[in-house]
Amino acid sequence: MLSMTQFAKEESDDFAAIGQNPPDDSHLATSASAPPREGYATGNDAQRPVIRASNVDFFYGNAQALFDVSMDVPRNRVVALIGPSGCGKSTFLRCLNRMTDLIDGVRVNGSIQLDGEEINRPDLDVIELRRRVGMIFQRYNPFPKSIFENVVYGLRISGVRDRRALEEACERSLRGAALWDEVKDRLKESAFELSGGQQQRLCIARATAVNPEVVLMDEPCSALDPRSTARIEKLIGELRNKYTIVIVTHNMQQASRVSDFTGFLYEGRLVEFGVTQTLFTKPIEKETEDYITGRFG
Amino acid sequence: MDNSNKQVVSSNFVGRGEPQVWATGTALSIILLIAVVLILVVALNGLGYFWPSNLAQFNLADGSSVIGEIHGEEVAKRSGTDRVQLKIGNRDLYGLDFRWFDRSDIEETSFPENAIALERIEYGNFYGFLKHTDAPGVELDQDDTRDAFELAWKDIKDQQETLAAMDGEIRHINYELKRARSKRHKREYAEGITTRTENPQSPDEIDAKARLDAVASEKDETVARLAVNVAVFTDAAGTEKEIRLMDIERVTRPNAMSISEKVFHYLDKLVELFLGEPRESNTEGGLFPAIFGTVMLVFLMSLFSFPFGIIAGVYLREYAKQGILVRTVRIAVNNLAGVPSIVYGIFGLGFFIYGIGGAIDRVFFTEQLPTPTFGSGGILWASLTLGLLTVPVVIVATEEALGTIPQGIREGSLSLGATKFQTLVRVLLPMASPGILTGFILAMARAAGEVAPLMITGVVKLAPSLPIDGQFPYIHAERKFMHLGFHIYDVGFQSPNVEAAKPMVFVTALLLVLLVLVMSSVAIFMRNRMKKRFSVSDF
Repeated sequence: MLSMTQFAKEESDDFAAIGQNPPDDSHLATSASAPPREGYATGNDAQRPVIRASNVDFFYGNAQALFDVSMDVPRNRVVALIGPSGCGKSTFLRCLNRMTDLIDGVRVNGSIQLDGEEINRPDLDVIELRRRVGMIFQRYNPFPKSIFENVVYGLRISGVRDRRALEEACERSLRGAALWDEVKDRLKESAFELSGGQQQRLCIARATAVNPEVVLMDEPCSALDPRSTARIEKLIGELRNKYTIVIVTHNMQQASRVSDFTGFLYEGRLVEFGVTQTLFTKPIEKETEDYITGRFG
Repeated sequence: MDNSNKQVVSSNFVGRGEPQVWATGTALSIILLIAVVLILVVALNGLGYFWPSNLAQFNLADGSSVIGEIHGEEVAKRSGTDRVQLKIGNRDLYGLDFRWFDRSDIEETSFPENAIALERIEYGNFYGFLKHTDAPGVELDQDDTRDAFELAWKDIKDQQETLAAMDGEIRHINYELKRARSKRHKREYAEGITTRTENPQSPDEIDAKARLDAVASEKDETVARLAVNVAVFTDAAGTEKEIRLMDIERVTRPNAMSISEKVFHYLDKLVELFLGEPRESNTEGGLFPAIFGTVMLVFLMSLFSFPFGIIAGVYLREYAKQGILVRTVRIAVNNLAGVPSIVYGIFGLGFFIYGIGGAIDRVFFTEQLPTPTFGSGGILWASLTLGLLTVPVVIVATEEALGTIPQGIREGSLSLGATKFQTLVRVLLPMASPGILTGFILAMARAAGEVAPLMITGVVKLAPSLPIDGQFPYIHAERKFMHLGFHIYDVGFQSPNVEAAKPMVFVTALLLVLLVLVMSSVAIFMRNRMKKRFSVSDF
């Protein structure tokens, strides 16, 4: 069994390997024993949570998938959601931009607020919400269009016609997704010509082209090889400066490498939520410890 | 040692699944073979038809002689005699086109250089020899019989062009007259006059009628002037036959023709096939109206069936709540594709023609009644019927094509703030287009080959005018039309002279196959381009 100290050491090694320092959370330091929300509930705007979920219950028909989940996502931080398969982490993620609407017969109780605005209101403009909360999927899903058209898709559908604006946005987001140098000479080529990792980064560029506040990532690296995974993880570290990121991952090392905060979900409940390093080194709950040490899951 | 080796090989052969591979391969080859044989039979029988074959003269044992094209040969099993079938033509002289001769009765076969084959407007071909030309209407300064005939005939043909122009004018004025008359009828009907008279009354009608009479009499004069120009021919037995030059379509002397002349003649006939009007109850001449009718029918059908099919398929797959109702609809649609086409024909007759067409007539063409305008078969109703027939194919294809698009693509688009409709138009439909086009191809091929429903919804043996012409309103969707598929049936099985019509059946069949092939190729070409652009990468 891996001891906690070993684990923490490895984790920082990994950060070094991909040229990224472990997140510095000294200014946000919260004790593991206190619920993290109290650390940000008051304070200046930069520290006010972007997303505040309170007491969220979620039902697929009669089956309940989430039980009373409450979580605050702080601005410009990376929040990782971990947990065994079927624990509801993807469901929770999809609640945050109402992608759950695509499924028939689902129901949400509780409140999810984006910048203080309730997103489960029936009269909410879902289109606008999804523009503010972008999403990256497990399986990279570029459209069968050129690289350029893929990146500017979000702008085009929101009615941007100006060629210069589109080109600028394309370059900006491709640079932001660390893809510009690789594709700048073949923007007209099909997105399918790219490798898997490049396609996923293209999807990230596509999501960030519309300037969202929050980027949701649903296991973004699970279909990629280790090299591409490392690039994406590095990218997440860079994106953190501009966006708030919520990432679902199966891979605990990845969670510890990329995230500032981690939530552990188990059987539809948020068992524990806290600063990543603390959660991985000194988990409060027994279930969390069992999971991160590999006793189950 | 040898034996055991063999056993290993044979067990491997079975064990590797070789017999199954062979069975599937055999099944495929048999199917390919059938398809190839079908095309070959049709092509060989059809394509040879236009080749000017040599004219054989048989001197028979009883002293008589005949001339014609050798058409077939057979050995009668029982008597053991060898028989030759000769196309002797000259239907006006002999009454029949084809005769069988026993080989033993033929004393001598020769191919006289000066034998002449005439393609006539009526009575089929004439085979014989030219005797002399009597063309007072043509000024000639030569004495040589053959050249005089050719020149006189060509001259008459040129003059006949004016006749064609007059025919066009007559049609045009007739149409004007008809419109003027129906306008008057409409007015009279509005005024409460119920007795209808066909005699011209309004100034427009009287004017048109006068012009019509003028052109008609001019035409009669021209015909009379041309008709005195004749040539006298003799058949192989020496019987004389006087034929008006204007009745002769084509003159050939196949026995004296070089290969290049024959090729030229062949191409000339092909051009006539594609661009000419049919003659001789469709057994001769061209197929243009039938080709035009078929293409237009398929085109109109596509206009109805493709948009509706795609919209319905999109609704079923993307918008409808998947439940028992949608499942029922889906099963119904699938079954609809299997309903016999004649049933659609009956439905088209009852619903479109009598129902909708009748209603249109009652509302808009009251003054014409009881003569139907839209209330009888026409290309519009036929294509609507075919549209109904093919719409399930398009629905199923659209649904399947949308179904193969990964859910992730939809989510990707929606997560960027696209509406469902934007996702559909910008991403899903382009991606589904190759699959949808496959449905189009199937639907088009089916529509082009369907005959049964057309027979009761407006196809005719001979349509006097095309559904599109230069007369206002240019597209006459209520008109009856000709169709290649029906042409095959009509020429092959309804014609008085079946033997003479046989080659035309093959030619028409070949043309229909080619037409379907061309239309499908266009669609396949488009599909491949779409596929290249929109296919989803695979792992």
